[in-house]
Amino acid sequence: MTPIIPGAGRTLEALLQEKDRKRKAAALQCLAQEFRLIVLEVLHERGTGHWGGAASAAELLVALYFDAMNVRPEDPRWPDRDRLVVSKGHASCMLYTVLAHRGYFPAAELGTFRQIDSRLQGHPCMRKTPGVEMSTGSLGHGTSVALGMALAARLQGRSYWTYVLLGDGDLNEGQTWEAIMAAAKFKPARFVALIDYNKVQLDGASDEIMPMDPLPEKLRAFNWEVAPRTFDGNDAGEVLDSLDWVKGGDNGPKAVIYKTRKGRGVSFMEDTALWHGAVVDDATFVRARAELLETLRLLEARL
Amino acid sequence: MNPAPVAMRDAFGEALLALAAEVPEMVVLDADVSTSTRTAAFGQRHPGRFFNVGVAEANMVDIAAGLATCGLRPVVSTFALFLTLKAADQVRNIICYNKLPVVLAGSYAGLSDSYDGASHQAILDIAMMRAMPNLTVVVPADGVELRQALAAALRRDGPVYIRICRNPTPVLFADAPPLEIGRIRKLRDGRDLTIAVCGVPTSMAIEAAGRLAGRGVSVDLLEVATIKPIDVQCLADSARKTGRVLTVEEHTVHGGLGGAVAEVVGRHAPALMRFVGIGDTFAESGPYDALLVKYGVSVERIESEAMQIMASGRG
Repeated sequence: MTPIIPGAGRTLEALLQEKDRKRKAAALQCLAQEFRLIVLEVLHERGTGHWGGAASAAELLVALYFDAMNVRPEDPRWPDRDRLVVSKGHASCMLYTVLAHRGYFPAAELGTFRQIDSRLQGHPCMRKTPGVEMSTGSLGHGTSVALGMALAARLQGRSYWTYVLLGDGDLNEGQTWEAIMAAAKFKPARFVALIDYNKVQLDGASDEIMPMDPLPEKLRAFNWEVAPRTFDGNDAGEVLDSLDWVKGGDNGPKAVIYKTRKGRGVSFMEDTALWHGAVVDDATFVRARAELLETLRLLEARL
Repeated sequence: MNPAPVAMRDAFGEALLALAAEVPEMVVLDADVSTSTRTAAFGQRHPGRFFNVGVAEANMVDIAAGLATCGLRPVVSTFALFLTLKAADQVRNIICYNKLPVVLAGSYAGLSDSYDGASHQAILDIAMMRAMPNLTVVVPADGVELRQALAAALRRDGPVYIRICRNPTPVLFADAPPLEIGRIRKLRDGRDLTIAVCGVPTSMAIEAAGRLAGRGVSVDLLEVATIKPIDVQCLADSARKTGRVLTVEEHTVHGGLGGAVAEVVGRHAPALMRFVGIGDTFAESGPYDALLVKYGVSVERIESEAMQIMASGRG
């Protein structure tokens, strides 16, 4: 697994400094796809891990770490850094792939995912992995923790942003709604919930397991500011647009709902609970990889 | 003359106010019971540093975790039963897993929320909390120790659970050296029987030890305020000397102080043991003192268990 950075000059610096929005979006889209290939390879090699939720969140994580967030990978505990709490901790393999390529730790380490003595736990652990802001995995914690971080900014007079990335399962947890209520009460600035709303959870379609619609109306009823439209969370340009809306004001808790596809990028793995956490066997890997590569070539042609 | 009894919760509320200037990073969170737990006064004095999250204990604990990652020193306060059970996942997976410096203040503990009944009585919190890796567990015996425990907890690298009684209890340690986390306080030196006690029953154990002396039983009386990390050396030395150990706690006898002491004794200094505490049962509504007696925590019970263990062969 060699680190691959698309875009002008194909360097991390060039990507981070890219000012042209279209070129940036195209590069991020490529990067997300390359990260899917890496995640698929790791999951296949290790025979364990979650594909569906990781693939779903690729563009979101890439846009945050390679565009929106002000971070210093060489100084992961820098007090003024922007924070992301990945409440859907099962997207760990994608998070690690993004963090490694952003410079938090060597990408060569990704192959140790879920192995004994590795820093890369099955679900994110802040004590082990540089760049991980909060240990997650047990669903429902992220919004509360992120709220605490956002309140700390107020108490300490800092101006960092705090994001929480939520999945469908997180929205089932009662604690998430406790946190949503509390955020509307305390109204910290620069506090944002990004909802990876692929509408599939472990056991099946969310509409069957636990319907969450009408989600924007629910959040508005809880006194959150919700983005005026749903964004395509698997389109890097759309994600950049959504984050522009987010940064357009800081008057209280904001939410963006993204239409995403669980398992995005592999036709037979999309929109199904089957690939929430199933093992990627040899035959599946070959088929899935071919699809991902084909799409990548198309994306690269647009760079 | 002994000073008037003091409720630990009152000492807690006063200690928060007293520490506010000394520990500027301290923030306090409560779950709609601040007038009961006595955090309300801190909230009135320092509104920017106080968060009443409503009746949402899980959310409260995780908000505290987020604050702690940014360098603040949160104290979360609610009834011990709700803190340790409703927020158990948060305490384990967020606070303890990440070793975050959060003080978990469990008030109305033991049977002290006596009239509210079994639904409100935390009698397995010590067992729950001491099973959590990275968590320090402190059970003060009076208001003096409570203040000292809070001050020490706010300086500690990692989370601390502090058990707080609702009702006035005798002041035992006004003139004693301050509580040291991890150190047993020896209240009486004896050779026949070790009594290890924590929390509110400490005054009962002191009285029982006096009565036992009159019956020819010399008690090595240990006040074990820190259940975790427990003072292994002191316990082992005492058990080796006496060969008989009686534990006394306002908690189920399954997994609390008794369990913690048994783990040390069994490993380092096998001895006969007996356990004074609440049985495998729920309690009920009623006056605090009467509940303690009915559910097995009293001077008489300590004395009778002590005499029974003395009648057994040496371990």
